[in-house]
Amino acid sequence: MRRWLSLHALLVYLFLYLPLLVIVALSFNESRRGVRFTGFTLDWYRALFQDPRVLEYFLNTLVVALGSTLVSTLLGTLLALGLVRYRFPGKGVLRYLLYIPVVVPDVVMGVSLLLLFAFSRELFGFPKLSLLTVILGHITFQVAFVTLVVRSRLLLLDPGLEEAARDLGARGFQTFWYVTLPLAWPGVAAGALLALTLSLDDFVVTFFTAGPGATTLPLYIYSSVKLGVSPKVHALSTLIVGLSAFFLALGYALTRRRV
Amino acid sequence: MNEAATPFQRLFRILVTVGPGGLWLFLFVLLPTLLVLLASFLTRGPYGELGGPLGVHNYARALEPVYLEAFAQSLLIGVLATLLSALLGYPLAFYIARHPRRNLLLFLLLLPFLTNFLIRVYAWLVLLQREGLLNAFLGAFGLGPYAFYPSFLAVLLATVYTFLPFFVLPVYASVERLDWQLLEAAYDLGARPFRAFLHAVLPQTYPGVFAGSVLVFIPAMGTFVVADLLGAGRVVLVGNLIQQQFGLTRDWAFGAALSVFLMAFVLLALYLYARIQGERGLEELV
Repeated sequence: MRRWLSLHALLVYLFLYLPLLVIVALSFNESRRGVRFTGFTLDWYRALFQDPRVLEYFLNTLVVALGSTLVSTLLGTLLALGLVRYRFPGKGVLRYLLYIPVVVPDVVMGVSLLLLFAFSRELFGFPKLSLLTVILGHITFQVAFVTLVVRSRLLLLDPGLEEAARDLGARGFQTFWYVTLPLAWPGVAAGALLALTLSLDDFVVTFFTAGPGATTLPLYIYSSVKLGVSPKVHALSTLIVGLSAFFLALGYALTRRRV
Repeated sequence: MNEAATPFQRLFRILVTVGPGGLWLFLFVLLPTLLVLLASFLTRGPYGELGGPLGVHNYARALEPVYLEAFAQSLLIGVLATLLSALLGYPLAFYIARHPRRNLLLFLLLLPFLTNFLIRVYAWLVLLQREGLLNAFLGAFGLGPYAFYPSFLAVLLATVYTFLPFFVLPVYASVERLDWQLLEAAYDLGARPFRAFLHAVLPQTYPGVFAGSVLVFIPAMGTFVVADLLGAGRVVLVGNLIQQQFGLTRDWAFGAALSVFLMAFVLLALYLYARIQGERGLEELV
């Protein structure tokens, strides 16, 4: 039984890694087409780095990911705090709204944001589809995830700690800053990391909300792939796989130190 | 909890914490959803603009056989992808949970998953193309080359590949919480391994299996990218139809109606899931 499980696991891991390994191998392959390895080369990486557009797309991706993560972490953390601490009218509605970006297919979310921006432009003359609308779109799905992650952390905290802080004379903001936030920090960090990953991975929402000049790396990969398989995309993909591995290892190391 | 605070302070704190995020969700989640609903009753103008007359014509059109077929295809992809993920992922979750180096195995499971979605789909295109690895492999035996893509099978394969961890992780979470004493009790009562598994282990993993199924089924049904790249026009899912209406065809009203149908379907699936699992179940989806 155990042997069968091991064999099964081995095959599934092979299934998971084979496609990525092929891409990495091909990124060093001299031949332009096919999988026959004709010789080792770094030409595709050179071509990639010499293309000024790729740097621009990379910077766009970074601006979108960092900008949206910053805003969504702030909004989501506050919202989680409010949802856990207070009762107020409309709380039930808010909790259902939080699940919409989590469960609704990306394509529906993409087109609904596109409609929003189109209606708004019709009525108020802004916003034009640009990097800004992409960031607004990313924040929208990130806020939901950050809120839910931080909220589950806050629910685990002992409310007695905040009471103790108040008994010792801390005011509302002091309690938040010196007691609640440090205790909630692992949740906030996990939420931010999740938001960052979601933003870097997103193609669909970006696809519908991006205007001219707002090309990100996933959009670039998509349009290149539509034109046919290209070794430059292999090189770019290899770099992204490497970066993902690095950040995942980093996140893993950080969470291991978490209490 | 906030006995010390005056009503005014309470109101202020609620506004500061819930205000910005709540406003955001209202403006960017609720409002767009309502706009999709509104647009689905409008009509496409001669230049692709939205306008009157109001009516249910978009919904009537969405029920035509061509479009129903796309719905059927999406449903089929969703169901088959969920079944295949269960077949691959369920035993894997047990293997990982019982392994001494389970953290490393989880890391290895997540790594391809955190690689950009588009690259994961693209990798299959490279594998399955005419000059790809699979044909090179088969060629060594004097077979092929075959046109593995574009095809329904290629779309299904890449869909399973991209969403598999969504199934493994929740099942893994249930396996971690498993009460193995029940299994021993089953053995003590004379159950054979299969029967013991069926009655003492399997039911304990149902929450994970349900959560995993929802997490694979919904995105598998709703995606357009996989079918776009690996179906190349031959496999048309609802997602592809929606993308076409908001892209080249520029019939936003019809696209909105299709989106409403897709959303209704997803919400129905979630409602059924919530009925089985309760609200805690919904929280575990994140």
